[in-house]
Amino acid sequence: MMNKRLSYWQRNQLVIGCLLLIWLFVIFVPVYFALALSKVFIFGWPFSFWMAAIGAPAMFLVIIGWYAWYMNRLDDAQRAQQQEHR
Amino acid sequence: MRAGRVAQAELSSRLWRGYIVYAFGFALLILVLALLEILGLARHWIGYVFLLVTVVLYAGIGIYCRTSDPIEYYVAGRNVPAVFNGMATAADWMSVASFIGVAGTLYLTGYNGLAYILGWTGGYVLVALFLAPYLRKFGRFTIPDFLGARFGGNLPRFVGVFCAVLCSFSYLVAQIYGVGIITTRMTGISFELGIFIALGGMLVCSFLGGMRAVTWTQVGQYIILVIAYLVPVIWLSVKQTGQPVPQVAASAVLQQVTERERELTFDPDERSVRLVWKARADEMQARIDALPESWAEENKKLRLQLLRARANDASMVDVRSLERELSGYPSTVELARTEWSRARDDYAARASPPAPHAEPFTRKAGETTEHVRNNFIAVVLCLVLGTAGLPHILTRSLTTPSVNAARQSVFWSLLFILLLYFMAPALAILVKYEIYTNLVGMTYADLPSWVHAWTAVDRSLIDLMDVNHDGVVQLSEIHIGADVVVLATPEIAGLPYVISGLVAAGALAAALSTADGLLLTLSNALSHDTIFRMVSPSMSAGRRVIVSKVLLLLVAFAAAWVATRTPADILFLVGAAFSFAASAFFPVLMMGIFWKRANKWGATFGMLAGLLTTFLYMIATQAWLRELVLGVPRSVPIDLWWGIQPIAAGVFGAPVAFAVIVIVSLLTPRPDKATEELVEYLRCPD
Repeated sequence: MMNKRLSYWQRNQLVIGCLLLIWLFVIFVPVYFALALSKVFIFGWPFSFWMAAIGAPAMFLVIIGWYAWYMNRLDDAQRAQQQEHR
Repeated sequence: MRAGRVAQAELSSRLWRGYIVYAFGFALLILVLALLEILGLARHWIGYVFLLVTVVLYAGIGIYCRTSDPIEYYVAGRNVPAVFNGMATAADWMSVASFIGVAGTLYLTGYNGLAYILGWTGGYVLVALFLAPYLRKFGRFTIPDFLGARFGGNLPRFVGVFCAVLCSFSYLVAQIYGVGIITTRMTGISFELGIFIALGGMLVCSFLGGMRAVTWTQVGQYIILVIAYLVPVIWLSVKQTGQPVPQVAASAVLQQVTERERELTFDPDERSVRLVWKARADEMQARIDALPESWAEENKKLRLQLLRARANDASMVDVRSLERELSGYPSTVELARTEWSRARDDYAARASPPAPHAEPFTRKAGETTEHVRNNFIAVVLCLVLGTAGLPHILTRSLTTPSVNAARQSVFWSLLFILLLYFMAPALAILVKYEIYTNLVGMTYADLPSWVHAWTAVDRSLIDLMDVNHDGVVQLSEIHIGADVVVLATPEIAGLPYVISGLVAAGALAAALSTADGLLLTLSNALSHDTIFRMVSPSMSAGRRVIVSKVLLLLVAFAAAWVATRTPADILFLVGAAFSFAASAFFPVLMMGIFWKRANKWGATFGMLAGLLTTFLYMIATQAWLRELVLGVPRSVPIDLWWGIQPIAAGVFGAPVAFAVIVIVSLLTPRPDKATEELVEYLRCPD
């Protein structure tokens, strides 16, 4: 299931890097293209307005929640591995 | 471990029971007051009851949680469950600016105001990914403590203390100032008395129980402020559209607002009013162009006018307003230039048609769309980094029971913050709809009572002037201040006065909770990090807590004293706190955890270089600061870099800080073995 060659810390860094890229994308792409995207509508809102007011903050919540869940699992696995070694 | 978990679960269920009873008790209080209002209780008594009950409630929690044990005092015993820590962080985070300011800013600036929502929520991702778990693992009391241990020596610690004070003090002054304003409006007592009553409630809490008392009070304050925000918004939404979800209601209303904006842009009456404003702006420009002669001429003209008015037995109102104008006449040519420039800009702004609410990057005269977009992105970046660097928020992640709970706590914090922030854009649109469709077009004879009420409180909140003397309200005749949007929502929605009292109590809770957190951060930085760590390290645990408490009192009174002096530009000072945190704290904390090679000199110079860059950009671009430091008069035009406003100066400081940390660290010896082991330790799961 997990890539055995990556250490705990490397895996953490990899996950942080990926989430950071998603985060940057979610914030800045809709803002950079906001003028064009305000002609598109979602739930009755102009897309760029909706994204900045609701979409992006909701994505932040998902990113943080997923990271906490993932790292909790990774921590458990790491602790179990350390127990085995002893 | 197992026993600890059982104790945790037991604590958690006890807390849930306690706070549910608390929330019901508060709801009961609202109902009782509503009943009393129907029976004829006077309005200001409702204000008094809300002020008194909430302040006594917070002080009561403080007394119940009193402690002198250092672990309890500094980090609440490290046993605050993630959900409750999230609530406390949310209350700690949401200040008066969040509670009252955000919806108002969105009302006034539409899409452009969303930079605040994006920045203030986006920062929590950085907190969760880069800082919270590691600071918790480090497991000491303050942020400068971390800098001292990670980079070695007192120098980084001292610079950290300096930055923490710089970020937190102006923020604290703004909160106390906000408390004064709210208590004055809520009850009509004087500003100074309001400040000292609230200060009392705040001090009983943080002085007696430190972080422990502040944590549990903040949870209580969060509950009050969320009820106070949601009830009127949902009510307004149901009243306008029959739809209980404000976001759904707002999306429907937004289209009508956009439609109405188009109508109002081309409406002939609106145009005539805008022409009047345009003429006034031109007149101001003519005066400025004719300086310095016009300064004496205008003064003479005004005197003549007054004499003639008196001679002709003009109405008292006219004479008074002329007298007022004459007594406020700028005393020097330079002052005249400054004041007339400001008046010209005000008039010019009112002469422009309404900006479409949802359209991105609407611009004022003299800006390009690209500059507005650059500034938007800069503000978001600066707020994101600043949120992740504010010491009073970061210390909240030290109170959780485990590293994983610290990560979860960030999740809960953002969730609880979003409960409010998701409402703000909807509220702004709903209020705008009310103003555009009902208030505009009404005759001056039958204005709704809330307009009169708030005009009487403060003309900067809402002010209507029949500029073209047609007896009908035009949009360009309405001036609205940001604060009124939230404060007047209950009256706009036609709710009983008790809800207005509730909103004020919510705003008070927002201000007090933030002030409590800041107060602790400040006094701990001064006592724990300066006196204990640097001056007399042999102090006993009991004495340390006493020193902290004494300093807490001193800081609180100093901040209250500054707040009663009403400092110049309080909003700018708060914004500046974010820039300073973004450039001083975030880079050095992140590099300290993620780059082992970062050392003492890199950290120290990095923080200083970041601060200096930020400060220099502010001096160059903020008119009053430039006048203060460089002596350049305010009326000299300002050269912005890429259209970025001084409020986002941190976007220049943060990259400089990162670069200096890397370069200086590489030029100086690598940190010792013990430091590298500390970093390894931080990175391991607990």
